[in-house]
Amino acid sequence: MELKDFSINKIHKSLIKKEFSATELVKLYFDRIKKEEEVNDFLMLTENLALEQAKKIDEKILRREKPQGLEGIPIALKDNILVKGYKTTAGSKILKDYIAPYDATVTRKLKEAGAIILGKTNLDEFAMGSSTENSAFGPVKNPLDQSRVAGGSSGGSAAAVAAHHAVAALGSDTGGSIRQPAAFCGIIGFKPSYGMVSRYGLIAMASSLDQIGPMAKNVDDIKIIFNTIKGKDDFDATTLDFSQEKEDFIVTKELKIGVPKEYFGSGIDKDVKKEIEKAIAKFVNLGCAVQEISLPYTDYALAVYYIIAPAEISANLARYDGIKYGFSSSEESKSKPQDLLTHYLYTRAKGFGDEVRRRIMLGTYVLSAGYRDAYYNQAQKARKMIIDDFQKAFSSYKKVDFILTPTTPTPAFKIGERKDPLAMYLSDIYTVPASLAGLPAISMPCGTVNHLPIGIQIIGPQFRDQAVLEVAELFESIS
Amino acid sequence: MISKEQVEHIAELARIELSDKEKEKFSQELSSILDYINKLSQLDLARTESVSQVTGLKNIFRKDEAENKDPNTAEEILRLAPARKGKYFKVPKILD
Repeated sequence: MELKDFSINKIHKSLIKKEFSATELVKLYFDRIKKEEEVNDFLMLTENLALEQAKKIDEKILRREKPQGLEGIPIALKDNILVKGYKTTAGSKILKDYIAPYDATVTRKLKEAGAIILGKTNLDEFAMGSSTENSAFGPVKNPLDQSRVAGGSSGGSAAAVAAHHAVAALGSDTGGSIRQPAAFCGIIGFKPSYGMVSRYGLIAMASSLDQIGPMAKNVDDIKIIFNTIKGKDDFDATTLDFSQEKEDFIVTKELKIGVPKEYFGSGIDKDVKKEIEKAIAKFVNLGCAVQEISLPYTDYALAVYYIIAPAEISANLARYDGIKYGFSSSEESKSKPQDLLTHYLYTRAKGFGDEVRRRIMLGTYVLSAGYRDAYYNQAQKARKMIIDDFQKAFSSYKKVDFILTPTTPTPAFKIGERKDPLAMYLSDIYTVPASLAGLPAISMPCGTVNHLPIGIQIIGPQFRDQAVLEVAELFESIS
Repeated sequence: MISKEQVEHIAELARIELSDKEKEKFSQELSSILDYINKLSQLDLARTESVSQVTGLKNIFRKDEAENKDPNTAEEILRLAPARKGKYFKVPKILD
């Protein structure tokens, strides 16, 4: 069996049958990662941790104890998720030597389930970007065409899965950072409903939007990981308890699909549009009913996002002061005595890259006296209209079961091609609305354009995450 | 439109030092982003309720008690400080 054929279940069975040991498996992955290091998908390999975890599982198997589902499964974590005792940089110079003093809740849950952590994946600095070109440690290359971006901000996680450098990975998604790179790399990326997965130990970007989710090559792997990491956590007060809730959603072939016309306007590449239409036709062949719907506030979603996200960013990133941890200006000007203000100014000027500084300043501006009403308050109201758009589609207006859209308007673009910040922001135009509404959304690979993969996005009603995964599995079975 | 002087003011509020060239660059880039997001001003939302989050959860309280009683935690955290003195973070001087 080759790395490209591995899934969680296949590895699980092979470990039980002793076709290979967990240690052999982990070494196979490290060899492959090192042989293809030009992809730049990993910022650090946690080799000692992985081998130690693998050894424990091998000993257990030798004792003839049956391993659990995730035991011995090699996965990768985006480098904004803390793993105790290891560096977590968030792709930023300001955290280049930061050693995590504790495990994120998702890390703890994965470790307890026996998953093996291979390493930390590259990302846009503080998860701000759509191409991983904003990483302080160089861009990730798309494994399917190395002249192109892997997408972002979870580009390292997407590339690692696509290059078979890990069975699966965790990413984080604020406005599309799991779904867009998954689409660009031809894999699956799932952003759960806001509140389903704890963000404790995730380096905060925009707290009303940030969500952690799995990236993998098949829906079954996505489900296994999601069911492991989800759940209420006392350390993240925004998480909800769904353990008692019964899922009454049954996927039938008579599902009602909404296709919002606003997602097929002038911005979409015509070949991408054709592929998405073909994918929608597959649902029709199954017997699903497709209806055109309208989400009239879609056109404002990106503007809302680029007010609310920077506002929250400017507050969240105020903590990087060069005093408690991280890069400090005193490292670069040892002889010069400084006062506190100069210390802050230098530390943050040298520690943050351009996009991070741009968003901090934009956020500061939209929250500042005289502008707050026109920008921030207006955006919070417009966000309500976007939430209502979806609610109407799922309930009163057309009563669709789920919504299908393209994940991105184009396939992966060339590295260095989008220099203008606003042009880069437009990469997320189809993923941002579900983020603002906190809805579960998954990107599934669907066809190619000029040999480059593209993704179709399935959006479901709030907290109907299992239903979205069922529909994704249905699509997987017919594509 | 956002002028070089406004950028200077925001950068100071955000505690980020900028060179002259950077002020120029950010003033152009931020202006084009603001032009785009200004489309929200077309919307009449005077009667719309504003939202800051999506789950509808209200304040969630817990007892103000330390759960982590590991004596090593403080040292692990202090070890990350760029400058320290004993059990304290070392801060540049604030007063003359």
